[in-house]
Amino acid sequence: MKIAVCVKHVPEAASRRIDPSTKRLDRSGEGALNAFDANALEEALRLKDASGEGEVVAVSMGPQKASDTLRKALAMGADRAVLVSDESAAGSDLVATSYALGKALAREEPDLVLLGQQASDSDGAVLWAAIAERLRRPMISQVAELTASDGKVRGKRQTEFGYDVIEAPLPAVVAVSDAINEPRYPSLKGIMGAKKKPQETLSLDDLGVESERAGEAGSKTEVLGLTDPPARGDSRRIEDDGNAAEQIAEFLAEKRLI
Amino acid sequence: MSILVFLEHHGNELQKGSLSVLSKAASLGAGDVYGVVAGSGVRELASGAGKYGASKVFVADDPALEAPLPQPRVDVIATLVREQSIDTVLLAQSVLAADVAAGLSARLDAGLNWELVDIEEQDGKLVGTRPALADSVYVQVGWKGEPCIGIFRSGTFDPKETGGEAEVVDTPVQLEDFSTAATMIEQAHEEQQGPSIEDADVIVAGGRGLGGPENFTLVEELAKALGGAVAATRAVVDAGWYPYATQVGQTGKTVSPKLYVACGISGAIQHKVGMQSSSVIVAINKDPNAPIFEYSDLGVVGDVHEVVPKLTELVKQRKRSAS
Amino acid sequence: MTKGRASVRPADYPPPFDAAEAIAAPSDPPDERIDVGLLIVGAGPAGLACAIRFGQLLEDAPELAERLGDVPVAVVEKGKQPGSHLLSGAVVNPRALRRLFKDREKKVEDMPFYGPVHAESVYFLTPKSKTRIPAPPTMRNHGNYVASLSQLSRFLAEEAESAGATILPETAADKLLVDGARVLGIRTGDKGRGRHGEPLPNFEAGSDLVARVTVLSEGTQGHLTGAAIERFGLQGENNQVWALGVKEVWRVAAPLRRVIHTMGWPLRAGARYREFGGSFCYPMGEDMVTLGMVVGLDYRDVELSPHDLLQELKTHPLFRRILRGGERLAWGAKTIPEGGFLSLPKRLHAPGLLLCGDGAGMVNVPALKGIHYAIESGALAAEAAFAALRPGQTPWTPGALESYDEAIRDSFIWTDLQEVRNMRQAFGKGFWLGGALAGAMTATKGRFPPKPLGTEPDSAQTLIRTNRARRYPAPDGKLTFDKLSSVYASGNKTRDDQPSHIRIANPVARDIGEAWVRMCPAQVYELADGGSGDEVTVQVTPSNCVQCGAITAKGGRLTPPEGGSGPEYTLT
Ligand SMILES: Cc1cc2nc3c(=O)[nH]c(=O)nc-3n(C[C@H](O)[C@H](O)[C@H](O)COP(=O)(O)OP(=O)(O)OC[C@H]3O[C@@H](n4cnc5c(N)ncnc54)[C@H](O)[C@@H]3O)c2cc1C
Ligand SMILES: Cc1cc2nc3c(=O)[nH]c(=O)nc-3n(C[C@H](O)[C@H](O)[C@H](O)COP(=O)(O)OP(=O)(O)OC[C@H]3O[C@@H](n4cnc5c(N)ncnc54)[C@H](O)[C@@H]3O)c2cc1C
Ligand SMILES: Cc1cc2nc3c(=O)[nH]c(=O)nc-3n(C[C@H](O)[C@H](O)[C@H](O)COP(=O)(O)OP(=O)(O)OC[C@H]3O[C@@H](n4cnc5c(N)ncnc54)[C@H](O)[C@@H]3O)c2cc1C
Ligand code: SF4
Repeated sequence: MKIAVCVKHVPEAASRRIDPSTKRLDRSGEGALNAFDANALEEALRLKDASGEGEVVAVSMGPQKASDTLRKALAMGADRAVLVSDESAAGSDLVATSYALGKALAREEPDLVLLGQQASDSDGAVLWAAIAERLRRPMISQVAELTASDGKVRGKRQTEFGYDVIEAPLPAVVAVSDAINEPRYPSLKGIMGAKKKPQETLSLDDLGVESERAGEAGSKTEVLGLTDPPARGDSRRIEDDGNAAEQIAEFLAEKRLI
Repeated sequence: MSILVFLEHHGNELQKGSLSVLSKAASLGAGDVYGVVAGSGVRELASGAGKYGASKVFVADDPALEAPLPQPRVDVIATLVREQSIDTVLLAQSVLAADVAAGLSARLDAGLNWELVDIEEQDGKLVGTRPALADSVYVQVGWKGEPCIGIFRSGTFDPKETGGEAEVVDTPVQLEDFSTAATMIEQAHEEQQGPSIEDADVIVAGGRGLGGPENFTLVEELAKALGGAVAATRAVVDAGWYPYATQVGQTGKTVSPKLYVACGISGAIQHKVGMQSSSVIVAINKDPNAPIFEYSDLGVVGDVHEVVPKLTELVKQRKRSAS
Repeated sequence: MTKGRASVRPADYPPPFDAAEAIAAPSDPPDERIDVGLLIVGAGPAGLACAIRFGQLLEDAPELAERLGDVPVAVVEKGKQPGSHLLSGAVVNPRALRRLFKDREKKVEDMPFYGPVHAESVYFLTPKSKTRIPAPPTMRNHGNYVASLSQLSRFLAEEAESAGATILPETAADKLLVDGARVLGIRTGDKGRGRHGEPLPNFEAGSDLVARVTVLSEGTQGHLTGAAIERFGLQGENNQVWALGVKEVWRVAAPLRRVIHTMGWPLRAGARYREFGGSFCYPMGEDMVTLGMVVGLDYRDVELSPHDLLQELKTHPLFRRILRGGERLAWGAKTIPEGGFLSLPKRLHAPGLLLCGDGAGMVNVPALKGIHYAIESGALAAEAAFAALRPGQTPWTPGALESYDEAIRDSFIWTDLQEVRNMRQAFGKGFWLGGALAGAMTATKGRFPPKPLGTEPDSAQTLIRTNRARRYPAPDGKLTFDKLSSVYASGNKTRDDQPSHIRIANPVARDIGEAWVRMCPAQVYELADGGSGDEVTVQVTPSNCVQCGAITAKGGRLTPPEGGSGPEYTLT
């Protein structure tokens, strides 16, 4: 089975900020592998180990520095890595990202595309559905348990209401939740070997993505402005003089929380 | 403008979140507001949406839509958008709705903004507001071209009954092959003991100020009364008072319930980053200088052992008298 | 064990740690050991310079490169990335970098520096005022460049990789592999252990990394360096002593155009306090500055807290003005070896082993400089290793690496350190602004005390107690911060359920417990409730630790936690 795993390079949580001039997330600083994608990668490696054959390809779209993230994926055990990196892809929204990444994935012709639970910078938790649409494949999301056999995958999906079990024929797209596994640490041999594994960088041109369909030009959403969050804190402060509980209850009722 | 709201149902009920978005859409007064219900045997549900401001509700009723799977719903809505010249599709956040919205976005090459907490019309165009980066910044977002798709953060609005009648219109169901390839094997709506902390609307969290593991019962009781889940700080998890699975913060879970009650929690930044996007934060701490008060909506300087049990009692009373 | 309160010393409560624990024979079966040519421990300036220089030499020696196998040079680094654990001033003397890249196209101007130093001021501070004093020779920085060492080292790491080195981040060197008298390499730390040491489901055991030559460039408080010094009897004339530096990086509204050093307040002048140190404030381009406070760890007051001294320092009008309208971006802490020349190990090599940089104590204390010595020593270590690997040579026979000690003695490292060693004797050990003391003494009419000559370890100072803590400012979250907020600003997000990597005696005398609580800039220590009386139980939260090393100086022992833990510095 050939599995493509989508991994995103995300800026470190503590230093995340939106650049006021471009109104985009500042991606110039330190970044790392989106932690949720380690779960997807781990699941891919387990599926490969279980079947004893196959290939795991890590695919990412992002700045050149995302190659560090791909290196990490290779160190964990991916066999190959593909980076879609192009100046004109910067600022891509879901429409543009899914289009370009979809092309890169289609080129790989994987049996299974795996994604993580969400990108920790955007908190979108949506890309898989758009990818499945681009690839015209069945999709299962929020998967907390996954098995593959006889050309099918079966996933246990977590929803607001409990668990569903969903089955889909391969080729398919699956997004896993972080409850699915505990990602492995890259072994020292893995880290050392990562450098020698094939890592390919593709431009939009290579993928046949027209520049008007990529980046800001190809995006259908836009950021119009940035404001400070509404002030909070000390909006009401009381000292307990015996009836604080009443006052809290009043407050909760007022906010229609009880 | 013609706005279509995805009306999600579960069992025999339209979801409150969807109805809230519907009444918000209606309150814009920016043209036609429609709803869509997709499922099997759901025709009955549709008319209920009139009360919340839909003038028309499209019903896609088909056995193939029985299971709550997103891809067939993309087919249904995409067809509606094309045939009814819909220019805006709005949804309330849920596992299903997010997948429907994103699939639709790719299908129609239509912009999708998520996490919306507000939307308004400006010069004939929609402008949304959404928090980003752990709510540290609010972003005004727009759409380029049509249709526009938006997902609202859950619990942002309440449904408002404006009392109209909706015309119920059947819509034909044509599904793509790949959309129906995934099948529901088992739909197990297992009732859990209570909500998990990621899903809970209410979280009551305990910190070292509780004084000992035995006092976590105070927190548990309040959580039970409020119908919420229990969370903990790292300090008490480290001390072995409560399991790691309930730790909220930088190295624990990130939560954003409608109500977060912090009992005996100092509010260190590492805790804050895990819960600051809660809609309402109530803190009970005996130290008036505790950092938690800097970001609480209601700060109570008091002893948890005094305040919490009383509060639990009051909440129970209210619930009893309400029912 | 009850200790008279008045005379308690941290050294009376030695940590449960034996240097021999850090030394082992290889344990992996031979075919599972990972073989490398040159193994470098620590991706700081010393280790990276060593990797770069070795790579340069190998370029012209393809047959040796061939012989060294798949991985001719490996650098292990416990931080998440190269630079994650690096913190410095830093005003850098570019001399060693120029030499390292002399045959290359690289110019200092092309390296990630914030520009050369154009102007500088040295002040003596009192709580509300400042007196400018002439910059003494050791503190003149004309021709030097300001950098973030964390950033500079990321650049060096890239250079090292393109010179053929394999960098292994998130990997702690846990044990020095020694077979008889010869150093064979290191064993890396295990990953994925739970709080009580139990293996978790994703447990990954450490590996034996075997090399022909092992270079220890661990920087301050080197875990294996300390063990090697003991094992091979390399201890120099004096004990090593340390200072703790705590610093912040700020985005500021108006650019700072000079480097500033201060002495005096908030440290106290009385001889009995032994508070030696000062502050620095350097410009980082147009919109950032860094400022830090350095305090000798032989201080005595139980209530002294370097973290809070830095917070207090920022309330001085001089710094308030610089920081006005600004925002704190980063924070960190690290120790500096201050023993100087007389604390250098008596040999810098053993069979198969070389020591360089801060690990060996190569710091010019009065000038607060170690980066260019680290780089130079790393490059010289590479040359010595290279020479010892040539056909017919065996680097692991006694004396085979002697050429390294000779090269160090012939280098500017030796001359510089030797030159200032007298300064240290005159003005007292550890006083990094020793050179400025002359000026200070004039300014204060001789009230400023010279630190007495002594070679006692920092942990051997008896503790005293004053009400120092009363004066620390309450954190306001804008100018002044509490320790936990600072730890957050260090980028630390260490997994909580690791085994503790801190070794301390427990329980201890109350004064010692309290001194640790105050000293630790990362709030790792707390006194367990109810610890009344003279002895207290110290509660340890190891995941807060930013691995500054102060606890090792002051009576405990820091060991490397799971690789990838600790701070994630990017701007320091
Ligand atoms: C704060 C913020 C808010 C944003 N809001 C919007 C918005 O409202 N609408 C919009 O259209 N765009 C938005 N974006 C842009 C959006 O991040 C990109 O379009 C993105 O690639 C879409 O997916 P996601 O990041 O939301 O990923 P998610 O859907 O959260 O990610 C799910 C999984 O997809 C995979 N994945 C995600 N991105 C990549 C990638 N680049 N390469 C490889 N695999 C990947 C990973 O496996 C990940 O776990 C926002 C970005 C930021 C930083
Ligand atoms: C790398 C790192 C990661 C971390 N990750 C997390 C994380 O994920 N989650 C997390 O929570 N923390 C985390 N922390 C720890 C965090 O910094 C705090 O130490 C922790 O949140 C404090 O927990 P606490 O509020 O329960 O305890 P304390 O800080 O001890 O606060 C107890 C509070 O209770 C009050 N109190 C005492 N008695 C009473 C009473 N009778 N009635 C009312 N109030 C009372 C006190 O005034 C005090 O404010 C992390 C720290 C680091 C360095
Ligand atoms: C506050 C402060 C200000 C300073 N200001 C200046 C200045 O302005 N100019 C100047 O020239 N010098 C200055 N110095 C001194 C200078 O920073 C040091 O001399 C220099 O960093 C030493 O380099 P090094 O490579 O020997 O060690 P380090 O820079 O400490 O690097 C050692 C590396 O090894 C890693 N490591 C250690 N042990 C292990 C292990 N067991 N396994 C794996 N990895 C390990 C560490 O994580 C680290 O990355 C200052 C120092 C401090 C603390
Ligand atoms: S515990 Fe860590 S941070 Fe605290 S003093 Fe020791 S080494 Fe420094």
